[in-house]
Amino acid sequence: MREIFTTISRPVKGATEKTGQWRTFKPLLDKKKCTRCLRCWILCPDGAIQRNEDESVEINLEYCKGCGICANECPVKAIRMVREE
Amino acid sequence: MPLRDLSKEELYLPGSAACAGCGDGIALRIALKALGKDTIFTVPACCTSVIESSYPNTSFGIPVMNIAFAASAACASGIRAGLRRQGKETQVVVWAGDGATYDIGVASLSGAWERETDFLYICYNNQMYSNTGIQRSGATPFGAWTTTTWKGKEESEKDMIAIAMAHHLPYIATATIGYPEDLHRKVQKAKSIPGPKYIEILSPCPPGWRYDMSKTVEMSKLSIATGVWALLEVEEGNITFNGRSKAILEGKIKPKPVEDWLSGQGRFAHLFKPKRDEERIKKFEEIIDQKWQRHREGKL
Repeated sequence: MREIFTTISRPVKGATEKTGQWRTFKPLLDKKKCTRCLRCWILCPDGAIQRNEDESVEINLEYCKGCGICANECPVKAIRMVREE
Repeated sequence: MPLRDLSKEELYLPGSAACAGCGDGIALRIALKALGKDTIFTVPACCTSVIESSYPNTSFGIPVMNIAFAASAACASGIRAGLRRQGKETQVVVWAGDGATYDIGVASLSGAWERETDFLYICYNNQMYSNTGIQRSGATPFGAWTTTTWKGKEESEKDMIAIAMAHHLPYIATATIGYPEDLHRKVQKAKSIPGPKYIEILSPCPPGWRYDMSKTVEMSKLSIATGVWALLEVEEGNITFNGRSKAILEGKIKPKPVEDWLSGQGRFAHLFKPKRDEERIKKFEEIIDQKWQRHREGKL
């Protein structure tokens, strides 16, 4: 087969940059309040909320853009947004 | 399917070029969980082609073919033909915005549907050309501000689902990001059906619709609650409504006032400030009322 020369991009985390630096407000998760419903995990536009083996969640601040959808959608208000210092 | 049963695999990686609070990002993550790794995407010019980020990186964990605006569905036909020759069952998916679907790509899309290409066409509808700086598209609703309709659009959007129905597709559905389980189910269902399929996902856009970026999901759910958008499926020509839209259709719940949806978005601010534009607000409400009247008669 003839070899085709074209530009192929490879999948990497942070394909643009470490998008965490875009943030002005950061989400703070109260693990005691969290019911592990996973709504924040599925509704994060950037996949910046990690889902652990035991279905608890963790916010990846390296890539979180600080949109606040997780805080707005959390049914038990376990996430709140605080201004970055 | 409960959320905990959704795939843990992330095929849309964090750190993309999408705006904060992007509705398309949510749609991509949910759809890719349903589609799985054995998928090829065809992406025309749209926000998604920007979200991919630039060479030599991409934020997609599956092969993506970037193609000209008008050619996405034709390209999908070609990919399918090539895969068939290789004996592969890989899913071929076009992921296109409303500009590429309603306006520029509709000719090649109609062709691929007519040829009965086995592929899934997903239109994430943000009701404008967001990628190029918010211009009016065929999906922009009546009265909405864009940079090319700065006094508010004078016409109503076109009915893409009716266009799809005219091609007698085996499966057509609408969804929105605020109901992830519903969206996941519809993509999974489309995946299991051979032939051409069409899914349209209402995907609110914070910079284009002019609302706070934390309200993307709220805005999506409000579109259903007010009846501006309806969750439906068309199988072999039969229209069925589901979720909250079904309850609205059957009169079990009253839809929220359409004004709630309008006043939450800066792109409709000229209907309320400096003076309330009673005439246009009424006309918008009438458009929605007429749509539901047709739905009650079993039509689109």
